[in-house]
Amino acid sequence: MSIQELQEEIVDEFSMFDDWMQRYEYMIDLGKSLPLIEEKYKIDENIIKGCQSKVWVHAEMKDDKIEFTADSDAIITKGIIAILIRVFSGQHPKDIMDADTAFIDEIGLKEHLSPTRANGLVSMIKQLKMYAIAYQTQLN
Amino acid sequence: MLDVQKIREDFPILKREVNGKPLVYFDNAATSQTPQVVIDAIVDYYSNYNANIHRGVHTLSQEATDAYEIARKKVQQHFNAKHPYEIILTSGTTHSINIVATGFTNLLAKGDEIIVSALEHHSNIVPWQMLCERTGAILKVIPMNEEGELLMNAYDQLLSDKTKLVFTNHISNALGTINPIEEIIQKAHNVGAAVLIDGAQSCPHIKPDVQDLDVDFYVASAHKLCGPTGVGLLYGKEEWLNKLPPYQGGGEMIDQVTFEKTTYAGLPHKFEAGTPNICGGIAFGVALDYMNSIGFDNIAEYENELLDYGTKKLLEIEGLKIYGTSKNKTSVISFNIDNIHPYDIGSIVDKLGVAVRTGHHCAQPIMDFYKIPGTIRASFSFYNTKEEIDILVEAIKKAKMMLS
Repeated sequence: MSIQELQEEIVDEFSMFDDWMQRYEYMIDLGKSLPLIEEKYKIDENIIKGCQSKVWVHAEMKDDKIEFTADSDAIITKGIIAILIRVFSGQHPKDIMDADTAFIDEIGLKEHLSPTRANGLVSMIKQLKMYAIAYQTQLN
Repeated sequence: MLDVQKIREDFPILKREVNGKPLVYFDNAATSQTPQVVIDAIVDYYSNYNANIHRGVHTLSQEATDAYEIARKKVQQHFNAKHPYEIILTSGTTHSINIVATGFTNLLAKGDEIIVSALEHHSNIVPWQMLCERTGAILKVIPMNEEGELLMNAYDQLLSDKTKLVFTNHISNALGTINPIEEIIQKAHNVGAAVLIDGAQSCPHIKPDVQDLDVDFYVASAHKLCGPTGVGLLYGKEEWLNKLPPYQGGGEMIDQVTFEKTTYAGLPHKFEAGTPNICGGIAFGVALDYMNSIGFDNIAEYENELLDYGTKKLLEIEGLKIYGTSKNKTSVISFNIDNIHPYDIGSIVDKLGVAVRTGHHCAQPIMDFYKIPGTIRASFSFYNTKEEIDILVEAIKKAKMMLS
């Protein structure tokens, strides 16, 4: 599926919920399905700065597509990074670079998008896109 | 006895809702809310006599100058400084500490020792580390125990004739521990060291008497005392303030300026370069009047009641652990539940209208001591109620259920 299709799929899933509690519970469930980063990559260099909780992300290139794995010590943060990885993992670097992330707003997580929020969603998006730029440069 | 319902009427913000729920504000250790009289003073200043001070001959400038200097006197009286000019109005606690830390650059030599407590906020650590880098002085730390209390025996061991300065907070922002500052000050003076007390967390609960304490420097912020942000105080004994050089150069702090040489103004203006936070200073004075009208004895008594009630109720939650369990503490409860990340709990209780602080509270060394990433901190003020504590407890139970 394309990034666009995956985003629409997630928006559909979240539209089933009436209130924030259900959305948060679903996000917590998504966190549990996160492709976990291997322990050897859980190092300080892979920590995303700007989060109140710790978030580690590892990226690898397979067949011109980026595979992301991640983990966090906070459950809600884990849910947020899981959503991002579901959208971006297995995609071409160029597509990741070009993707917009307005769907976050549509799934009712708008408050997490502010750059001053301590959860660092903005930092996470930036970091994933940085990996995409780096791998795209290699491809060129 | 406090009439809490009546007091709550003084704070317009307490009527608002957050995420569709009535606001429960338990982040008082970060900043206190503002009563209407203080808001009115701010509006009055900008509506009626906004002008630059200490230089204009016109009426507005005179009025603003008078009001600002009256505020300084109120601060002096509140903290019981000997002279009004021993009160430097600053932008806040951090600014005040930096004035002193920078001022000591030429008063320390390589190998001199300065002592800090393990319970400090970063703002009472970093300026001193920078001072050590400039001077070659050595930073020593008074360790703490599991309850979050300073080990006074260890303090005795650290003190020597090499000790030049001791600085500690009166109350820990992360744990609420009340430190034995009388003993800390007296013992430092016995070896000839100066003492700075960071009163940012104690001033909302305790009315300090700087002469009685015999402290050399005392610093605090207005915004924790129902005043506005961006204003605070540096109290210094006259002889110490005369020893320290100016922190910033600029207007207001000069006596004579020529391109060959500038002579500095006397106290307090020597440390008040540039146009100060005039409105903030005036509002600070009004905030002190407001707090004193309620009475610090009443405030302390009521907040202790909230602390006891909150501690008891929170401990009923299974898996909840409180950090900072000294018998001598103020109305701050720092805690975690099982292995749940404080950020997760904070996010969910916010959705339920409850404002708590999560994280390391700018006191990473304390978190390292307990080997935790941070805590959830609920800090109570005299306008909070037991009913609000019940709401907090229910919110935490709900969060725990969702996150377990």
